[in-house]
Amino acid sequence: MATYTYEHTPDHGAKAGVLAYLATSAAVLLLMMVFGLLMRLEQAQWISIGADRFYELMTLHGAGMVGIAAIAGASVMWHFLRQYVDLSSRIFIANLVLFLAGVVMILGSVLIGHFHGAWTFLFPLPGKSMGMWSPGAAALFMGGLLVIGVGFLLLHLDIARAIVARYGNFARALGWPQLFGHDDGKAPPPTVVASAMVTVVNVIGLVVGASILTMMLVNLYVPGFDIDPLLAKGMIYFFGHIFINATIYMAVIAVYEILPRYTQRPWKSNKVFLASWTASTLMVMFIFPHHLLMDFAFPKWMLVMGHIIGYLNTVPILVVTGYGALMIVYRSGIRWDMASKLLFLSLFGWAAGAMPAFIDGTITVNYVMHNTLWVPGHFHTYLLLGMVAMVFGFMYYLGKPDHEADDRLIDRIAFWLFTASVLGFTLSFLYSGKESVARRYAAHLPEWVPYDRIGAVFAMLVIASSLLFVGRFFSRIGLARHDYQRAPVARPATA
Amino acid sequence: MQPIAWQISLVLMTLVAFGFAFVAINSGRRQDDYTPLQKSAYRLRTRLFWGLVLVFGPAMIYTLLDLPYDAARARAGSGAVQVVDATGYQWRWELSRDHVAAGQPVEFRVTSADVNHGFGIYDANLHLVAQTQAMPGYTNTLRHTFAEAGTYKVLCMEYCGVAHHNMMTEIRVVAQ
Repeated sequence: MATYTYEHTPDHGAKAGVLAYLATSAAVLLLMMVFGLLMRLEQAQWISIGADRFYELMTLHGAGMVGIAAIAGASVMWHFLRQYVDLSSRIFIANLVLFLAGVVMILGSVLIGHFHGAWTFLFPLPGKSMGMWSPGAAALFMGGLLVIGVGFLLLHLDIARAIVARYGNFARALGWPQLFGHDDGKAPPPTVVASAMVTVVNVIGLVVGASILTMMLVNLYVPGFDIDPLLAKGMIYFFGHIFINATIYMAVIAVYEILPRYTQRPWKSNKVFLASWTASTLMVMFIFPHHLLMDFAFPKWMLVMGHIIGYLNTVPILVVTGYGALMIVYRSGIRWDMASKLLFLSLFGWAAGAMPAFIDGTITVNYVMHNTLWVPGHFHTYLLLGMVAMVFGFMYYLGKPDHEADDRLIDRIAFWLFTASVLGFTLSFLYSGKESVARRYAAHLPEWVPYDRIGAVFAMLVIASSLLFVGRFFSRIGLARHDYQRAPVARPATA
Repeated sequence: MQPIAWQISLVLMTLVAFGFAFVAINSGRRQDDYTPLQKSAYRLRTRLFWGLVLVFGPAMIYTLLDLPYDAARARAGSGAVQVVDATGYQWRWELSRDHVAAGQPVEFRVTSADVNHGFGIYDANLHLVAQTQAMPGYTNTLRHTFAEAGTYKVLCMEYCGVAHHNMMTEIRVVAQ
């Protein structure tokens, strides 16, 4: 077995494109959080916006959050990956331009065309609105998603090109020679392994997503071009599951890169690490039937496969990445600051959120919890306390004035406020799920309203702390471009 | 089932929190030589891995023994199967009968006339007791035996448009 020692890696400043990605993500994140709060307030019966406006906000909230999670995750991946391979800045910017074009189309579809078919656009709902929106509005929405998907496909093809140019092929980029042969300690760094995985799964997922979007666009205007609804659902969840999960796999690169700088300990690609990423590559693509467990007509073996992979998929998160963070932090002398705290917290959020998620993937549990608020309960845990915390940690890292700079008291308070309020917010969802509160309801039954009120209060606190994080990022954005040491040196060992 | 899922989730999330809190508390004093620490951590990880396999492996298999897809599911009841045809429309349910007998298996043949819906049966305490998706072009057979008489609600469990939350009906379960 190869032995590993820590090698100092300089802290690079971010390219303007990375900052543009982050600024876009931060602004849209706050706006989408406000939309989410409005939905909770409506369910709590504290405001009255009406069902049509509620479902419009729900559609924007879903599409917007998935979109900026991908943009933010891509910015983390691109920032660190370009230190190992030669990436195209033009393609990177082209993706952002296409993303913004898609956002404009989606906003037009929802705010002007009143489309509210949800971001999951399940066939045939976009074409069967009962007069609530026009086929043009549905086409604009799905066209917007398609444009965004094309942008990401371009980005991933460029990453694929760069990885192949540097490592020869994807098998080497995933470290297969070291995984299946002798571990000579020369496997690609975790950033490259994770980027290779994300590229493989996202290229496949995006092609499937673009295919079903194109089919549905044709069907809107040529109804004779019939689509099997179950096939459409399978394709949508295949794409959707991969795309949203890839955002975490991209953002976790910030943890792999930054925590070792704080602890001066290596996070290397050993056999267990490589095995877990290869396993995750396969599992993230074959787990999608767990979204279809209540579609009894789906092939039973695929549903059982979704159930089993749901359990297996939790292992790499817990035993490799979560445990890996614990290993390098334990007795490391780490000097905690906002960046390191948020990154450490993010792995807790990811691992903790995976618990109710795999339980929901158990078929007999899903039978009484599918499409209750249990589902947003678990995905808000690993996305908000996991993925978004990774991005906030990355933002604090980029904007840290110098490696010895102390955090302000208000930032430290905001960290604990964010942690507590996200937990309160997500637990209110999970408890509602336990109480069978149905998901995606504009108006709740009177029995459900107390949980909504608790959730709404926590949502306000989540927004307040996020506002502080984002404000701090924008106030330090000028520093983020420069190359200088950001990570503090760990405390020396005491005799 | 829901309280069990809730309690197990809370226990597991708390265990994860303890792990992170333990490490955070013990992060301050540096141990310079990482190699022995790595070795003992890898040993512990191997144990953790096998512990997870031993606990969750049987749970994963055991929970596969009673799947809602299996025709055997409704055998808990006695007597002839009561068939209810259920069709979802934007935004109402059409049921072929509005009452069934308790303790006697029921077979809901669920489909949709337009878009995706979800057929969720709620008991008098508003707890979800069974569900399946209602899809155009497909019939999902939901087998359930009601243990208790009473009025049950059917709610839509898949977003289907602006009146999705109003898409409810009732089914009476009468004592034999």
